[in-house]
Amino acid sequence: MSSVTDEAMRAGQAPRRFGALYVAEHHVRIWRSYLGVNVVSAIGTPLLYLLAFGIGLGVLVGAGTGPGGVDGVDYFVFVAPALIATAAVTIASDEFTYPVMMGFKWNPIYLGMHAAPISPRQVAGGIVLFVSLRAFATCLVYFLVVAAFGAIPLATGVLTVPIATLTALAFGAPLLAYSAAQREDKGQFAVVQRVLVLPLTLFSGTLFPLEQLPVVLQPLGWLSPLWHGSELGRVVAYGADRPAWLVLVHLLTLVVFALVGWLIAVRIVTRRLES
Amino acid sequence: MTIISATGLVKRYGEVAAVDGVSFEVAPGESFGLLGPNGAGKSTTMRMIGAVSTRTSGELRVLGLDPDQHGPEIRSRLGVVPQQDNLDTELRVRENLITYGRYFGLPRRLVASRADELLEFAQLADRASAKVDELSGGMKRRLTIARALINDPRMLLLDEPTTGLDPQARHILWDRLFRLKEQGTTLLLTTHYMDEAEQLCDRLVVVDHGRIMAEGTPASLIREYSTREVLEVRFGSEHNAVAAGRLAGIGDRLEVLPDRVLVYASDGEAALVEVTARGLQPLTSLVRRSSLEDVFLRLTGRSLIE
Ligand SMILES: Nc1ncnc2c1ncn2[C@@H]1O[C@H](COP(=O)(O)OP(=O)(O)OP(=O)(O)O)[C@@H](O)[C@H]1O
Ligand SMILES: [Mg+2]
Repeated sequence: MSSVTDEAMRAGQAPRRFGALYVAEHHVRIWRSYLGVNVVSAIGTPLLYLLAFGIGLGVLVGAGTGPGGVDGVDYFVFVAPALIATAAVTIASDEFTYPVMMGFKWNPIYLGMHAAPISPRQVAGGIVLFVSLRAFATCLVYFLVVAAFGAIPLATGVLTVPIATLTALAFGAPLLAYSAAQREDKGQFAVVQRVLVLPLTLFSGTLFPLEQLPVVLQPLGWLSPLWHGSELGRVVAYGADRPAWLVLVHLLTLVVFALVGWLIAVRIVTRRLES
Repeated sequence: MTIISATGLVKRYGEVAAVDGVSFEVAPGESFGLLGPNGAGKSTTMRMIGAVSTRTSGELRVLGLDPDQHGPEIRSRLGVVPQQDNLDTELRVRENLITYGRYFGLPRRLVASRADELLEFAQLADRASAKVDELSGGMKRRLTIARALINDPRMLLLDEPTTGLDPQARHILWDRLFRLKEQGTTLLLTTHYMDEAEQLCDRLVVVDHGRIMAEGTPASLIREYSTREVLEVRFGSEHNAVAAGRLAGIGDRLEVLPDRVLVYASDGEAALVEVTARGLQPLTSLVRRSSLEDVFLRLTGRSLIE
């Protein structure tokens, strides 16, 4: 082998190993340039929700369910794990839609990364890594705010943060695959927001138990990562009484959604970048 | 040892063969040009060599490696200036260089010091913290070129690098490319400017419809495909075609363009004497040496700049 080849083999080692981290680093830099907005919304949003649900909706729902609240706890406590999971899903639905389209098309940073030694899998991996970090950090802030108001126990409740992050991926990885396949903006992301994300956040057993939905609609909730994530969060946060098999189903569903979405996303990103 | 070796390289997009069986070799330190009209397949060839686009068939080795297996290794030693800038408009000028340098796994401190040097080189030092969107088109181009050098590449792929640059910036870039060449950097470039090709390329190929039409040094191509001199005569746009009919036999060959007629002859002045002897009175006439543009016209039937 010639020295030129040797040199290339050596130079390729670090990017081969750490490429996804560099992609995540790039995204953190972008995120940092919007630091102010990001921090304010991370702290402000849970406060708003707490205000609305704790004072407003809580009274209504509480009145409907009588003493003992919902699921045997205060409405506050019932809703907190779901709020944290919803925050994560919202981040996923923001990050895995327009920015993905941008990265391929309007501000084609993915093409730049790929012209550098980053592989398509690492491009996808870096995006996922960044969104996981962002979801984790935001949920942690959420959790601390909520905990400060006594709506979630500190020790067990903190587990809702990784669960919410997993939920973000279960929802987000398939969304990444979808977005990476879009070549034209025909308003489909606005449709995704309104027809998928919004109903999902409202009717996934988040603000009220899934059983309160009409029976025919309940299977929709079963397909929602957010339902599985919220329920799992309730089990760890306040020990909600759920059969073990169901807990397992929740966990497995989230993992399967995330994995299958990831595999498809990598294929699509690869095909698109290497065309 | 060759730094690029392509044999029967093909890239198909559905029915379209964007690159249709191209073979060439480039030696280390050489500067090699791809010339061709719009849609000839230059960028597609560049993208395959840059290991970002997979080939449909044929053999390709870049830095002695197969891009299908060793894309990241190859790309880590390349500097790429794509036809279309892909700077991150959400980051500032200097940040663009730094993020890009990180993709090669270079330490932050090294990347930061190189970024400052390259900003000087690109004459963008005073714009270091500007937003990319605030730069002019030419400044963005210069930033893209600077970015391509952040990893001190072994080979530079330049796809129409100077499109959009003003004459001064072009000359500065040529100068910089010469210096890189002197240091042993291999250059592969496409261009629609034949002065650029003549200045920068040791050797070049003319491609059309995904195929190589001719290969050689600028001088040898001119010798082979054109005459020593060219007489350009204008009769006014209505009359060029008619006049051309009466020019038959003068020089080696005629080329009728909408605005003028080109007479290829070893002696341009003698050809002009013959034109007037036939009773034709051109509005303007010009005798010049043959250039790559004439080669291009001959081979592709189209002018270089479209
Ligand atoms: N991603 C793609 N999908 C489909 N067709 C493509 C794609 N990229 C290029 N082509 C087609 O391949 C052919 C060659 O394109 P290419 O961009 O390589 O030309 P070029 O020589 O660089 O032209 P120009 O001088 O205009 O830059 C064209 O017919 C183009 O339409
Ligand atoms: Mg091109």
